[in-house]
Amino acid sequence: TGGSGGPDIISTVEFNHTGELLATGDKGGRVVIFQREPESKNAPHSQGEYDVYSTFQSHEPEFDYLKSLEIEEKINKIKWLPQQNAAHSLLSTNDKTIKLWKITERDKRPEGYNLKDEEGKLKDLSTVTSLQVPVLKPMDLMVEVSPRRVFANGHTYHINSISVNSDCETYMSADDLRINLWHLAITDRSFNIVDIKPANMEDLTEVITASEFHPHHCNLFVYSSSKGSLRLCDMRAAALCDKHSKLFEEPEDPSNRSFFSEIISSVSDVKFSHSGRYMLTRDYLTVKVWDLNMEARPIETYQVHDYLRSKLCSLYENDCIFDKFECAWNGSDSVIMTGAYNNFFRMFDRNTKRDVTLEASRESSKPRAVLKPRRVCVGGKRRRDDISVDSLDFTKKILHTAWHPAENIIAIAATNNLYIFQDKVNSEMH
Amino acid sequence: MFARGLKRKSAEDAEDADGGVAGVPAAPSYTLQRQSLLDMSLVKLQLCHMLVEPNLCRSVLIANTVRQIQEEMTQDGTWRVVAPQAAGRAPLDRLVSTEILCRSGREQEGEGDGPLPDPAPGQAPRRPQSSPWGLDGSREGRGGFQKSLDHIFETLENKTPGSVEELFSDVDSSYYDLDAVLTGMVGGAPAGPGLPAFAPAAAAPPSSTCRSDLGELEHAVEILVET
Repeated sequence: TGGSGGPDIISTVEFNHTGELLATGDKGGRVVIFQREPESKNAPHSQGEYDVYSTFQSHEPEFDYLKSLEIEEKINKIKWLPQQNAAHSLLSTNDKTIKLWKITERDKRPEGYNLKDEEGKLKDLSTVTSLQVPVLKPMDLMVEVSPRRVFANGHTYHINSISVNSDCETYMSADDLRINLWHLAITDRSFNIVDIKPANMEDLTEVITASEFHPHHCNLFVYSSSKGSLRLCDMRAAALCDKHSKLFEEPEDPSNRSFFSEIISSVSDVKFSHSGRYMLTRDYLTVKVWDLNMEARPIETYQVHDYLRSKLCSLYENDCIFDKFECAWNGSDSVIMTGAYNNFFRMFDRNTKRDVTLEASRESSKPRAVLKPRRVCVGGKRRRDDISVDSLDFTKKILHTAWHPAENIIAIAATNNLYIFQDKVNSEMH
Repeated sequence: MFARGLKRKSAEDAEDADGGVAGVPAAPSYTLQRQSLLDMSLVKLQLCHMLVEPNLCRSVLIANTVRQIQEEMTQDGTWRVVAPQAAGRAPLDRLVSTEILCRSGREQEGEGDGPLPDPAPGQAPRRPQSSPWGLDGSREGRGGFQKSLDHIFETLENKTPGSVEELFSDVDSSYYDLDAVLTGMVGGAPAGPGLPAFAPAAAAPPSSTCRSDLGELEHAVEILVET
């Protein structure tokens, strides 16, 4: 947590593949990595809590002299690479440049050099009368972070997504109009695999909003658009994947049509399920589950905050209608989660069809307290702790949420505060 | 406040509301609502162009909204030049209707006034970032985007191609990568196939006046795009 507003606003949250590490990126270009403390009998109350592991400056503000434009240092996305040795690696990106960072631990240091003294100064050779073998002695843990690759100049427009391929060798980056495929070891070129830029920019009516590789099939990826459609592409079919393999689009409901229909249908996030069988999308008012085998419509639709449907004019005026909320699956793909306003976030159980609204705030969450479900009332009977729609604070938005890959632990970013909630009672996935 | 689907009032209702009352109409007509939305959208698009880094997705969505309204108004035959008696009105009046619209809409719902953060009429949507380099630097090409909001409103009010050209006459396009210039600027496309909903109860076929005025606005937007 930091001061109010400004560079401390968290802009992305991501668990690594084991859930041991949690990375956050912020508006000031910093990355903070948290590590889960191993459960120990000595301190039973701090079982599995997350402490700061490393902090580093990933991106700095830049100035593009040709276009006279400033490039923000805000971290848009972080994605972890699968761990292949003792070191951890992650990709972090701002609007224009992706960087590969390597995180290593050092807990030993050599002592007993022949030519250098304790401070590292060269010894006077005449004082060296015998030779010794330097030994490794334990030292306080030091976490070192170093930039290993910088993938620059691949994007004219703003990068909104990055996704590591299951082959662990390549990854993709998507901006508003194009998607590029990179090899993790090669920084001076990338392959353009999707390009929806029209020949005449005046004809532009649709942009790419998010994209992700399939978790198991290294040739498949999906990208979403501002018109609410999903395109599943197969890289084996063609070098340029403009012709989608499958187009997922729900027909418009004519009874709900308004001038805001398109804006609220714009997909702000798309996530494959862990199983790879489903996709989860978030648009302004709903989250939807899609079956990869059915393109005609989603198999499930959940209302996040339908009470906002009658407020769309105001939300258009104050720009809230353009807020991009993320969504997340739990480890067993049985529960989905997304953020909302007033520091509320919502969870939907796909099996029981029950949903809950919870709040991330200092007032309502003391350590080890149980989160109380919240309710938004829309007129009619009002219970004591209900919030009315007009009392919602639209400046408190939960855009970024993440779910531990295996356990019931969630990370919620509320402006410049990070909340980590654990379900101790039901630690196992159902 | 816009209802879930904008319901068309009868032509009579529309006339009553448009007939102009000194006070606030009890239920703003569909036409007034739609005009306010159009005004708001044009303001947002203009402000997009003044930003350091316009958000392309947002610009495209707003431009599509403008296009939808344009198309519907063309079908209605309601796309017309601002009436002569209204020409002298300050641009702010058109935006006041938005505030009235949203306020009366909330009252309709019986929720009471809530702290939904409606900006005051004419106020720009907030953009948090400010460039430390400033936009008034030595780059001559950026000067065109520094016109005051009033000037831009006036220009749009007049909707004459000449005044829009003036607005951007000092922009030196040779400094720009075309992509960067066009990012966030989306021109008005020619009217495509009409929208299915909102078939007008009784609509005069678009008059030739109507077409030429639509053409003028398109021309104005095209100039913004081609700069």
